[in-house]
Amino acid sequence: MRWLSVALPPLVAALTLASLLTGPAGLGMSESLHALAWGGDGPLPIVMRDIRLPRAILGAVVGAGLGLAGAALQGYLRNPLAEPGLIGISGMAALGAVIAIQTGLSLATPLALPLTALAGAAAGVGLLAALAGPRGGSVTLILAGVAISALAGAGTALVLNLSPNPYAANEIVFWLMGSLADRSLLHVWLALPPMVLGAALILPTRRALDALTLGEAAAQSLGVSAVALRWRLIAGIALTVGPATAVAGAIGFVGLVVPHVLRPWVGARPSALLPASALGGAVLLLAADIAVRLIVPERDLKLGVLTAIVGAPLFLRLIWKTRSGGRV
Amino acid sequence: MAAAVMIAAALPAGAAPQRVVSMNLCSDQLAMMLAAPGQLISVSGLAQDPRLSPMADRAAAYVPNSGRAEEIFLMRPDLVIAGTYTPPATVAMLRGLGIRVEAPPPAESLAQIRAEIIRMGDLLGRQDAARALLARFDADLAAVRRPAPRGRAALYYANGYTSGPDTLAGAILDAAGYANVASDHGIAATAPLPMELLVMSQPDQLITGAKWPGRSQAEAILDHPALAAALPGMARVTDRTWICGIPFVIDAIRSLE
Repeated sequence: MRWLSVALPPLVAALTLASLLTGPAGLGMSESLHALAWGGDGPLPIVMRDIRLPRAILGAVVGAGLGLAGAALQGYLRNPLAEPGLIGISGMAALGAVIAIQTGLSLATPLALPLTALAGAAAGVGLLAALAGPRGGSVTLILAGVAISALAGAGTALVLNLSPNPYAANEIVFWLMGSLADRSLLHVWLALPPMVLGAALILPTRRALDALTLGEAAAQSLGVSAVALRWRLIAGIALTVGPATAVAGAIGFVGLVVPHVLRPWVGARPSALLPASALGGAVLLLAADIAVRLIVPERDLKLGVLTAIVGAPLFLRLIWKTRSGGRV
Repeated sequence: MAAAVMIAAALPAGAAPQRVVSMNLCSDQLAMMLAAPGQLISVSGLAQDPRLSPMADRAAAYVPNSGRAEEIFLMRPDLVIAGTYTPPATVAMLRGLGIRVEAPPPAESLAQIRAEIIRMGDLLGRQDAARALLARFDADLAAVRRPAPRGRAALYYANGYTSGPDTLAGAILDAAGYANVASDHGIAATAPLPMELLVMSQPDQLITGAKWPGRSQAEAILDHPALAAALPGMARVTDRTWICGIPFVIDAIRSLE
């Protein structure tokens, strides 16, 4: 635990710096940082401030949001398989974002983009909580998630295929896999405030989630209100996952891998796992976003490809352990 | 001219097709320019779209086709002009039905435009009309062409794609006297150019792709604040005269004046 709280923040800072210094233009380290901090003439400050800075900030913020939402969801549902991307919350957020973009709402007011994504995410997480609340088993959760994911994916594809724009149909990949390429500071301002609010709602639930590990009855006797906790988490998760998906697409497995890797280090206590997962999510997504720029720089490799390659085997392993009856 | 008359006379009578169907936007327009009255019976529906076709008004007088083998067969053509990117299954089906199908490649340079004018004249048996069109094209081109360097320009399309010198858009830039920024990055055909490389190149002129109705993330890149910050002044926008390697590229070259 101590070890994590000492090691993770510097790691996030180092990867943010590395993200700022990674790009096809091959700029010198000192001159680009100077241009980032002090500006100046010519194209260098524009590249650093308008292209690389939003990408680095979003990598950290979106990763942190997904890690936090995953840990909170797993704590609340008491199920290590719960993950915003896998069980359709990100998909519903993407559907909301796509509707805002294609109806022209987001053109009328940019705020419509995170707001509709938020509404989509809230619908997704609300539906899941109703179908597979703390008492629902893994099978219920996964089945509900599969159905919601499929519905959201089909809705997204339908809206994009109906668009009169010839490029729109190709964007199904972006909404399913996610990318941070060529995001601007506008996207940062659209996503960051609601995500901070969401984190502010989720983080105080740590004690309640700790109590919930003892079982629902025990938690209630410790003064945890099940209804209040549920609504607080639904709002908090929607506020973090919705805007994150609106600007970066649906990036899966971050909320699965990070809590799973960190859980042994924090003694499986949700109160310690939530902040650690936020930092860990930032680390994972920043690293993945640096990797997509280094592996095939000339192609826009989607982030979700990398996170799925890391996350899917882990997910299978978790299912295997659940299947054989062992507690995970 | 005399040689042309001799060649035309040497061709067997009736060699020229009488019922021609074109199913490709670019061949549609060349065929409309060159065909004899009544010879061309159908063009693709795209040729009637004013966003794509500078000849949309003229194309409205023809029966549109949507490129399906069945409808084209029912028109009983004796020549079908397709394109390199026509679905192979459609071409094979039409050929299997005994119809002559020609698929000229898209013209990606000024020299290829000249060659395609002549080829279309030969296909339609309208060599004289083709020669006259070619002479007009050469004269117009000489009038608009700018050999003097005018600066460096960058083409930038949806999804961050740019076009190098081996493309039609690159040829238009070159004829208008601009050096192409894509060449600096080793791009000869059409390939993605990362936005930060574009910004670092500091082109004098930015030419972006036209936007389509509806919205897409792919086109949103053209509104990125970094482009506006790096390239003050209006970006020019490509239009329907940039799409096909036909004499209308003269208008595209002129639009860069």
